[in-house]
Amino acid sequence: MSALSGKAAIVGIGATEFSKESGRSELQLSVQAVRAALADCGLTAADVDGLTTFTMDTSSEIAVARELGVPSLRFFSRINYGGGAACGTVQQAAMAVATGVADVVVCYRGFNERSESRFGQFSLSAATQVNTNGLDNAWSYPMGLGTPAATVAMQARRYMHEYGATSEDFGAVAVADRRHAATNPNAFFYGKPITLEDHQASRMIVDPLHLLDCCQESDGAVAIVVVSAERAKDLPQKPAYITAAAQGSGRDQYVMTSYYRDDIGIPEMGVVGTELWRQSGLGPDDMRMGILYDHFTPYVLMQLEELGFCKPGEAKDFVKDGAIEVDGRFPLNTHGGQLGEAYIHGMNGIAEGVRQIRGTSVNPVADVQHLVVTAGTGVPTSGLILSA
Amino acid sequence: MSVVRPMMNRDSQFFWDGTAAGELRIPKCNACGTLRFPPGPACQACDAYDRGYQVAAGTGTVYSYVVHRHPPVPGKELPIVIALVDLDEGVRMVGEVVGVDDLEIGDRLRVDYNRIDDDLTLPVWRLSNEEGR
Repeated sequence: MSALSGKAAIVGIGATEFSKESGRSELQLSVQAVRAALADCGLTAADVDGLTTFTMDTSSEIAVARELGVPSLRFFSRINYGGGAACGTVQQAAMAVATGVADVVVCYRGFNERSESRFGQFSLSAATQVNTNGLDNAWSYPMGLGTPAATVAMQARRYMHEYGATSEDFGAVAVADRRHAATNPNAFFYGKPITLEDHQASRMIVDPLHLLDCCQESDGAVAIVVVSAERAKDLPQKPAYITAAAQGSGRDQYVMTSYYRDDIGIPEMGVVGTELWRQSGLGPDDMRMGILYDHFTPYVLMQLEELGFCKPGEAKDFVKDGAIEVDGRFPLNTHGGQLGEAYIHGMNGIAEGVRQIRGTSVNPVADVQHLVVTAGTGVPTSGLILSA
Repeated sequence: MSVVRPMMNRDSQFFWDGTAAGELRIPKCNACGTLRFPPGPACQACDAYDRGYQVAAGTGTVYSYVVHRHPPVPGKELPIVIALVDLDEGVRMVGEVVGVDDLEIGDRLRVDYNRIDDDLTLPVWRLSNEEGR
């Protein structure tokens, strides 16, 4: 067990509604989510002394603090690499409260990712940034490869070639997510399950990825309150203890285009997994379920392998026959994931992990002692083990 | 027509000068001869900062590929085929494959050049299977 293990807990979660047009600023979304998360655990803005978010977030910590009326901040931090930051923001918070650098840290992420800047579109500016990201992107964007779906499709095609996985195998993830979303009133696709036939019939976006392999674009915000395990005992909600919190970046790492190494999969998630198991002293068999970042279905299969839930190439068999659905052997993404509930850069998945620990998920899994949560893949990423 | 332009700097200018001159230049360490792609200021094998390049034969093999159909790509008429090309010299790069609707892993490709303007020439690839396909 690491020095961090069990020293911090998530005690509050909050969110706005998830929509395609929020009708308000990204800053307002984040502030509302933070207020909701504080109310969830009986704290107020006056208790907050730390804020963490994503480097990509457009609302600065000081802007959020101003709107909330936070008196002063002792700790503020941002994590890079898109959705890979999600669990990293919680890791920052956990380290801060475990060491006494801060007492109450709120992690937030809010955006109008559908009604304003859409991540699914081709970015004209990505390859012209005057920094190393621009230099990295110069080898793919000008060649026409510049949407998230396209960059993932390149890995998916090779994965299919190497292991014999099929589009139907990817579809199992979409079907599970949409089944879970169908019973989640907060999900955009509430009441709208799909079949594997629907998945196969959906239009091709970037071969081999169909539309239903790709997550939504969403407007909304999620916030998560982290305090020490000691402080958590005095708060109203059942704590979700942070048993492990890890970041990972692999050899010859790029952002969405780690194509120049022998393994063009997602070994960075293997780095996260190794560290999660090291910190916690637990292993895959100790996990009752998972929230695996699902911006694109192939990455869920690859993550199962990188985290050690099955061997390389065997995820296609692992996900068969409803194994990853709520009543299956290893349920995944019981909120509906980012395909079904909303794409809030993985933060809504962390919130679902907390609900499963509390026993308040709309799709409850019995006897959850430990679960694993991951952040965005294809990029330097992060993960958590949450425990009852 | 709008086009996606690459950021060019001290670490990459030689590559774009090469495509403009009809050469596909692979970054090479002058100290130990190790090739790499994409370029960077250091040699990953011997740590030297003595950068040079080797002109590639311009032939390679498809390692993976996609057919991009949605959403729009600036300057392109969709669909487009984009491949990861394993160059015969042992490095890998991303490139559009023109003149095809589809592709297979293992297909052989040959480089060509798409001159956009005085500032930008993009390498593109064409099928070069001896037997055709």
